[in-house]
Parts: sequence; structure tokens; C-alpha cells
Amino acid sequence: MSPQKIVLRYSANISNQPIIYSLIKTYDLEVNIVKANVNPQKEGLLVLEINGDGEHYDQGIAYLKKLGVIIQPMESEVVQNKEKCIMCGACTGICPTKALYLERPSMEVRFDPEKCIVCKLCVRICPMKAMELGV
Amino acid sequence: MQKTYAEINAKIKSGEAVVMTAEELINLVEEKGIQEATQEVDVVTTGTFAPMCSSGVFLNFGHSNPKMKMSKVWLNNIPAYAGIAAVDAYLGATELPEDDPLNSKHPGQFRYGGGHLIEELVAGKEIELKATAYGTDCYPRTELSTTITLDDLNEAILFNPRNCYQNYNCAINTTDKTIYTYMGMLKEKMGNATYSTAGQLSPLLKDPYLRTIGLGTKIFLGGGIGYVAWNGTQHFPSMQTDSQGNELGASGGTLALIGDLKQMSPKWIKGTSYLGYGATLSLAVGIPIPLLNEEITKYAAKKDEDLYTQVIDYGKDYPNHIPSKYPMVSYAQLKSGEITVEGKKIPTAPLSSYSKAKEIANILKDWIKSGEFLLTEPVKAFANPDNHVKSKTLKIK
Repeated sequence: MSPQKIVLRYSANISNQPIIYSLIKTYDLEVNIVKANVNPQKEGLLVLEINGDGEHYDQGIAYLKKLGVIIQPMESEVVQNKEKCIMCGACTGICPTKALYLERPSMEVRFDPEKCIVCKLCVRICPMKAMELGV
Repeated sequence: MQKTYAEINAKIKSGEAVVMTAEELINLVEEKGIQEATQEVDVVTTGTFAPMCSSGVFLNFGHSNPKMKMSKVWLNNIPAYAGIAAVDAYLGATELPEDDPLNSKHPGQFRYGGGHLIEELVAGKEIELKATAYGTDCYPRTELSTTITLDDLNEAILFNPRNCYQNYNCAINTTDKTIYTYMGMLKEKMGNATYSTAGQLSPLLKDPYLRTIGLGTKIFLGGGIGYVAWNGTQHFPSMQTDSQGNELGASGGTLALIGDLKQMSPKWIKGTSYLGYGATLSLAVGIPIPLLNEEITKYAAKKDEDLYTQVIDYGKDYPNHIPSKYPMVSYAQLKSGEITVEGKKIPTAPLSSYSKAKEIANILKDWIKSGEFLLTEPVKAFANPDNHVKSKTLKIK
């Protein structure tokens, strides 16, 4: 199986569950935490890169879903609303992974979801509110 | 050689005019030189699509029954200035709803303001109108609450006191913390740089001495036709030079623009939000430059490599009126995605859409080529870099 990048969202009552520990220990998966925003009182957000046996991966995902964790493939997280985007390029200077970049010489804004780590800086700063969080 | 507006307009009407975007002219001049390009080309089109805060719209609501002298007006809870005649009001692009949290939780979001409301009006959306008045014998009504659309209004006149900055600063932040400005989010310790000009496509950079752009110049404005109404506020055009006196492009000129909002398009007039700063309006403007003589061609063909702007520290210097000690950088450098300041490589990002500027220049080119859009000779010339108009600072007495 090629490494899978996924976004996990879960409510505060799940945040006491040892989900990372279980993925590694019980399901024998290699877990790399790309981004984590975890607070016992709030909704948690984890961006994980998971590697390992495909069957184990499916079992691990089933375990998370059973707990009530919402799982999304990462590219569906941040989306460029092309109707709203005026291709100014404001996002390209702050995107930490160059997932948002200007194609030259056309100077059109391009978004490479593969590189996006869902830091959401672009969502906050886009002057046209064209960078959105997908569901 | 010297061409006249009448000659060029005659060619436009007969479909023989040669029209090019400023980008295309650059290539032609490189290939054939200024003299031949001046003979060959009649009109060059420019474009820009960027936030322009000093924008707004005069609205006339028509009279209700009984009549009312509106003294306070709100549109979707955004106050409009009503200190003019009975049912006239001016809604500014940076005005915010009365219940906006502003920067109370810094940085504020400013997701909705006057610019967004203007975009919604242009898109034909229904807007809530509230008004209050003290009541007079001729205008007895003291309050009203209703909804309006653009079609319901007698007039909606976009009138922008300061648009189309000739050139604009490149912003950096040398402090130890991220700041939120009208030049976007600026990361600490020169973490990024922003700029806001279309460079070689930008109208006033291509006519630095305002030889063809003046009072009455007909333009592309917000997808419709508009006019240059006056020089803009803070119009202080100057020619930048290096220490040897070589020209580095002009800076400081501005234009006041006017046009009928009813014929504009929501594609070209967009509400805009700057985190921690405020709401504004991004506006599409395209201005034709007739190549009347070789001097005009020479400037219209200036490239990103020839046009410079000043790097300014918005963390320390800009708020405190301190002259910049940072270098000038060319638009070619800025557009490459990286500049070097004091030995540090800084990623750059534009706030002005170059690709849309190009689209605007191409639309205006098509309008002129179709024979429908004729050029207007300015009724009055504005101050140019030779006039050395200087800005005044406000003294706190």
C-alpha cells in the first residue's frame, strides 16, 4: 500500500482515546503525524500519513470509524473555489509547502492538494475567501 | 510622428485600427523598435484587478409614500452616508456592519463590508434597506425598512475618489511578530513580501507623464464602461530614478473613476477581506493608451525589468512615517517569486491579479477592435511628474 494521507476529526469525548497508540500497536501501522490540533475540551484534528499492510490499514480505519472519528482523504480538506478565486496570488507567499503556487509566466494560482498539509493559513488570509474547507 | 485622436478613432470606426495589449507591445518594440511600433500600432490596452479601498457607490433610492428625507441609512446593516439630498446615499467600500466585531479578537475577519455589498448589488441580490429621519413638513416619514435590488434604484453610480495607483510599495515586516496589514499578512523577520501592481500591464505605469490619461478618458470599469473623473486623491506623481539618474518607472499618481454600476459585472467588482485590517473592494480597470507619438510608445513598452518599487517595512517604518532604508526592486524580480533584502531571500506574493489584468487588457482590446469603443481626448490634463506635487502631512496642533 502506498502511504495514505488522511484527516481525522473527532469530538471532545473521543480525545481521551489512545487512537495513535492503537493504530501502531494493535494494527501495526506506521503513523506519521503531519499536523495535530488536539485539545481535551474541543474537537480534535489530526493529519496523518499512514503506511503499512493494506488489510491492517482497513481494519485501523474501521476501528476509528467505530469510535466516531470522521475520516477524510486529505485532498478534500482545503479546496480552491475557482469561481471566487481571482488569481491574485496572496496565498502563494504564505503557503508553507508551496501547495499554492503561481504558474509562470501566466501568473495563475495553482493548488496541488498532494502538498497541502491543511494548515489553513490560506483559508484565513484569502482576501476573496476562495480557499475553503471541503466536507 | 504625431497621430491625433480623430485619426485613430476614424481607424477604429472603419475596423482598421491596430490594437495591442501592453504585453504584446513590449514584444513588438523588442522586435521592431519604437519608431516602427509607433507607426504600426494605434492603441495599447492596459489592465489591473486589485483591491482599491477608496471606492464606493452613490445610490438614489427613489421616494417612498409618504416621502422621507433619509438622514441615517443602513444597507444590510452597513451604514451609508446620507448627509446629502433626501434619498441619496454614498456607500463606501471599506464600511463595516455596525455589529462587526472588528479587531476585538485580533486578527479580525472582516468577512463582509461595503465592497461585498456592492458586489451583491451588481449581482442583482436583494438588499435590506433601513433608514431613519427627523421628519419635516415636506418629508414627514421618519423611518422605513424594506428591501431593494439594483433594478429598483434610480441611479447607482460607482464613484471612486482614489483608484489605479500608479505604483505601489513592496511590503515586508522586520519585527519579531506577524502583522496584519492592507498588504496582507506579513510574517515576522522578513518571512514574506507582498506587492500590489500589475507591473508592465498597469495603466499609469505605462503612461507615467499622463500624456493620454486625463479628465474624461473612457475606460473599462468593473466590466462596463467608465470614465476618469478627476485625478485621484493623494495624486503625487513622480519619476523614480537610480543614483545615476536612470528612470526606474513612475510612482505616486492616482485616478478618480466614475461609471454606471448598473452595467457592471460581479465578475469584475469583488468584495474583499483583509485579515486583521478590514473589508474593501477589488476592481477591474482597463485603460487604453493611444500611441500618438514615440515618447508615448517608449513608456508604454516599459517592461517589468524597467519598472521598480520601493521595499518598505510595514512593521516599523510605515506606521511611523520613517523613510525606507530598504532597496528598490523591479517587477521582474517580484514576479520571479523571490527578492533578496539585506542578504535574505524573501518569498514574494502579489495582491493584484496579473492574469486577470491580462484578461481585462484583452477584453478592452476586443472592444476597441470591434469598433464600438472609441477613445476620448482628455478635457484636462492632470499633474504629472514634472509638476513635482508634494504630499502634505497632517500636523497635530
